[in-house]
Amino acid sequence: MAIAPTEIETSPEARNEDYLWTLNFGPQHPATHTTLRLVLKLEGERVVDAIPEMGYLHSGFEKIGEHLTFNQYVTVTDRMNYISPMANNVAWHHSVETLLGIDLTPRCTYIRTIVAELARISDHLLSNGAVGLDTGAFTFFLYAFYQREVIYDIFETLCGARFTNSYTRVGGVSQDFTPLVIEKTRAFLKTFPKTLHDMERLLNRNRIFVDRTKGVGLLTKEEAINRGATGPVARASGVTRDLRRDEPYLAYSDFDFQISCASAGDCYARYLVRMQEMRESLKIVEQAIENLPSGPVDVGIDERMALPTKKQVYSTIEGTISHFELSMSNRGFEVPCEESYAAIEAPNGELGFYLVGDGEDQAYRARCRPPSVLNFAMFPHLIRGHTLSDVVAVLGSLNIIAAELDR
Amino acid sequence: MTDSAETKEPKAVENPHVAALNEACGPVESSTFRGQQRVIVPAEKSLDALSLLKASGFDLLVDISCVDYLEYRGAKHRYGLIYLLASTSSNQRLTVRVFVDDPEPTVASVVPLWEGANWLEREVWDLFGIRFTGHPDLRRLVMPEEFTAHPLRKDYPLQGRGERHNFPVITRDHS
Repeated sequence: MAIAPTEIETSPEARNEDYLWTLNFGPQHPATHTTLRLVLKLEGERVVDAIPEMGYLHSGFEKIGEHLTFNQYVTVTDRMNYISPMANNVAWHHSVETLLGIDLTPRCTYIRTIVAELARISDHLLSNGAVGLDTGAFTFFLYAFYQREVIYDIFETLCGARFTNSYTRVGGVSQDFTPLVIEKTRAFLKTFPKTLHDMERLLNRNRIFVDRTKGVGLLTKEEAINRGATGPVARASGVTRDLRRDEPYLAYSDFDFQISCASAGDCYARYLVRMQEMRESLKIVEQAIENLPSGPVDVGIDERMALPTKKQVYSTIEGTISHFELSMSNRGFEVPCEESYAAIEAPNGELGFYLVGDGEDQAYRARCRPPSVLNFAMFPHLIRGHTLSDVVAVLGSLNIIAAELDR
Repeated sequence: MTDSAETKEPKAVENPHVAALNEACGPVESSTFRGQQRVIVPAEKSLDALSLLKASGFDLLVDISCVDYLEYRGAKHRYGLIYLLASTSSNQRLTVRVFVDDPEPTVASVVPLWEGANWLEREVWDLFGIRFTGHPDLRRLVMPEEFTAHPLRKDYPLQGRGERHNFPVITRDHS
């Protein structure tokens, strides 16, 4: 990670101008929000070039994925994008079930859709809140964080963990929705639009905020596609790609919702897209929670894919057999010697896992396709020519999560 | 499990992109699993094949990754590169696989086609040690620059002392 001066990727004119001032930004800086580093070349206040550096949080998640079973690895996915761990859980087991060829029960798909959309709301609250915080709107940030707390509370009631949920399992989820969870989700659906309205009134036409974000960090549609942008960053640049609509997974084809897009491609457009996506997520959660199908939450013991409940293990022979089959080291899942890729529309963009199965209970290779890497790689392109104070606005609007970036 | 039935799908539903690849790069091996179309392209033709696919509509490079098939049953090659392509207009997907081998695993860089490939290829070089010829800036991405191994290779252990013993030890007396 040490930067040798000869290898710095600078624009040709920047390399020859030694009067430029070099500023080291991060890896520990309040405005990076996570552990990442930027080396900025400044001419006065203007950023001539930026060299992003990553790897400070690299912990070999993909290597660990080759040694943990499909159910164990979900705990590691929690720690990738810790802003929306539920979405990571859903992405991981969506990929595993694609490889194993498991069809989920309707109730499970609805539950996973609800938690994934709640995760999207909590992610966008944080990323927009952080943009507000970095551009001086502290109240906005507090409004956002208060609502995140409500979502944490729902998750805590659901699975016992606020942050590292590890909620999904192969073929199902760890806990079914209880009446209390549904009640809390309904209460959130009722109160949140008002807060969202307040938040929009605070920033949408705020002179300072608009001046600091509009026209900053421009990304054209062609550049967005060429640089592999996905998620809100791409949609704010006019790429109308959303896997929820384009490749409907889980239960998304059942719901009525819009894809939020903008054409400006600046930080302000990214902010607006995220705000609008929260409203659409609310719509999805509302439709899903009111139409939640009854029935089992996992594929059942006959499939030999989901762990049976305690009661089934102790009182039925099928449950006992299934439990032994899944938990003994020489048995386990029936994994094909094949490779597959499956992705979901995570809050940050396309989050997918490329899995290689070799018949064992753990993946032979578990490649994570992280949206943050491609978003962070385009940072120098976005910031060139802007001022130093715009660095935090652009960085915040890309919503880079270093734990997912480095894995 | 119906995997074997799925992989041996009849050739009647031939993908037009696969047909175009067949014409340009000789016969390419193509298969389908869970509805995902995959083609295997020879390493020396990879850049031609990918630029052909980009021109024919696969404008989004979703991911570049690699698998080390060292311990994989029945594998003929050591490394398999994976290019996940998608189209933003037709929403089609295609997986392109390229096999390379020791001692000098090398493949052409696709940075000229997609700017986004820059960091993805740096990551593959870092973790697997595959060189991308024509890459503008092939440095390590996540591991420290002085690191010598490529940790996602299968012959690299999960646990152990690793390269840490190479790090200089600074004590209080010799600082």
